[in-house]
Amino acid sequence: MSKEQDIQKQFMNKFDFLEGKFKIVKNKRIFLDVPIDKFWKVMGYAVKIDQFPLLCTITGLDQGDTIGLVYHLAANDGMMLNIETSIPKNNPVIRTITDIYPSATLYERELEDLLGVKVEGLPAGRRYPLPDDWPIGDHPLLKDWKPKN
Amino acid sequence: MAKVTIPIGPQHPALKEPASFNITLDGEKIVHMTLKLGYNHRGIEKAAESRTYIQNIYLLERVCGICSHSHSSCYVQCVEDIAALEVPKRALYIRSLVGELERLHSHLLWLGVAGHEVGFDTLLMYTWRDREIVMDLLSMLTGNRVNYGINTIGGVRRDITKDQIKDILVAVDKLEEETKYYAQVATQEVTLAKRLSRVGKLSHEDAVKLGAVGPTARASNVDRDIRRDDPYAAYGEISFKVITDNHNDVYGRTLVRIGELLESYNMIRQIVKNIPDGPITVKAPRRIPVGEAVSRCEAPRGEDMHYIKSNGSDKPERVKVRAPTLANVQAVAKMLENGYLADVPIVIAAIDPCFSCTDRTTIAVKDGKKTRGLIEWKDLRKYSIEWYKKNEGIDLSKIKLQNEK
Repeated sequence: MSKEQDIQKQFMNKFDFLEGKFKIVKNKRIFLDVPIDKFWKVMGYAVKIDQFPLLCTITGLDQGDTIGLVYHLAANDGMMLNIETSIPKNNPVIRTITDIYPSATLYERELEDLLGVKVEGLPAGRRYPLPDDWPIGDHPLLKDWKPKN
Repeated sequence: MAKVTIPIGPQHPALKEPASFNITLDGEKIVHMTLKLGYNHRGIEKAAESRTYIQNIYLLERVCGICSHSHSSCYVQCVEDIAALEVPKRALYIRSLVGELERLHSHLLWLGVAGHEVGFDTLLMYTWRDREIVMDLLSMLTGNRVNYGINTIGGVRRDITKDQIKDILVAVDKLEEETKYYAQVATQEVTLAKRLSRVGKLSHEDAVKLGAVGPTARASNVDRDIRRDDPYAAYGEISFKVITDNHNDVYGRTLVRIGELLESYNMIRQIVKNIPDGPITVKAPRRIPVGEAVSRCEAPRGEDMHYIKSNGSDKPERVKVRAPTLANVQAVAKMLENGYLADVPIVIAAIDPCFSCTDRTTIAVKDGKKTRGLIEWKDLRKYSIEWYKKNEGIDLSKIKLQNEK
């Protein structure tokens, strides 16, 4: 059994709702699609098995009615586990993961600025990466956003 | 003694790029630091969504002026993964060759900057002189000193000749000799070694916790290198050591980079010796099938990551870039804690920061037509005068500069 399949089995033994949600696209690349209500269980487990010490970044995607989020986790041996979930665009709220990965602060601020995601529990601090006088509610990575001039 | 907060940046003589550090001091000692980034943000990720896959190679290459090849490699690797392209081996070797040359010029540049930041400008002059040898090689191989334009989807755009290989080997021998001398300087020149030691401490635990990457992490004994752990281009076929150090300070970061330079010379020799014959590119489709891919490259500053989602058209649905500085900059606050104000420039410089990368700049080039986003010097000056008048109540409009009279 390959290492990728081994990780898949580990998760499947714990969570049967992940049936068909795994994609091993190539060597060292696993994508895992998790519904938002089960996201914390799966994320908590990914942290608990202690194989993925590095959070590479968080990608936000405008998917029409939903905002997609991809948490790119990496292991020391180069294995990447990409945990995907989505939240409704009209109420894009997600809890912070800074308590697990302190390095997530700037990645979560990016989600707030560029896609209008509300990250609950994110420690106070200066915004990133848009300027301080950028209009409230203006999120440039949303698909319907166009430059003003 | 009352605590004092000093703003450093976004424009400051000690900073080469805009970033703002608010440093709270108790006497000379730093007790707290807050960071503000984003001054170079011009929306490359948004721009990538309205350009074709081919146009995006050149856009994303310009995320950074130093590790441009890492960004374009990372991007084309994602696209090749989605389109399931088998890139010819010769092309992969050329990618690794340019990647290692890029590491040479970047680390030599850093060594000079580190010397400059601690008042040892002779080191700057020496290393930047040697860096020119690498820039000449890059220019010979790719046609450009900075944004090489060597990568394309499915391979590389220029082949390498036997004569070029000879030139590379001569240059590498010379550079190796010089670098061995710098290794002596760093370890035996007491003033330099003492100035860099015990400055900008980052423990192994903090480096892991804060997600540090590249030489910054490796100098805190984090044994991680994408070239070995998740081999791309030709790295799976080259033997090399991953340089780590356990000094956990700026001195350690210096030793790691010098060690990596010496390792790169050997890697370059292996690449040019073992480069296979054959084609340098495969035909890539204009439209990329629906899919997603993540790719990582070991840029000189650390791990660079790109994520691409495609929608079946000739333009990507989403391109996400995470440059190494964004991962490392969060460790800077920790490094400065309990440090001294005088150490701020060298501690910040020691992560080899690149804020344009982090914020992902795009630069408009004037092409004769009116280009949105391009601002002339006199218009910029007019804008700043109006800004100060409106926001600060300072009227500078009466002062004429020499070229405006």
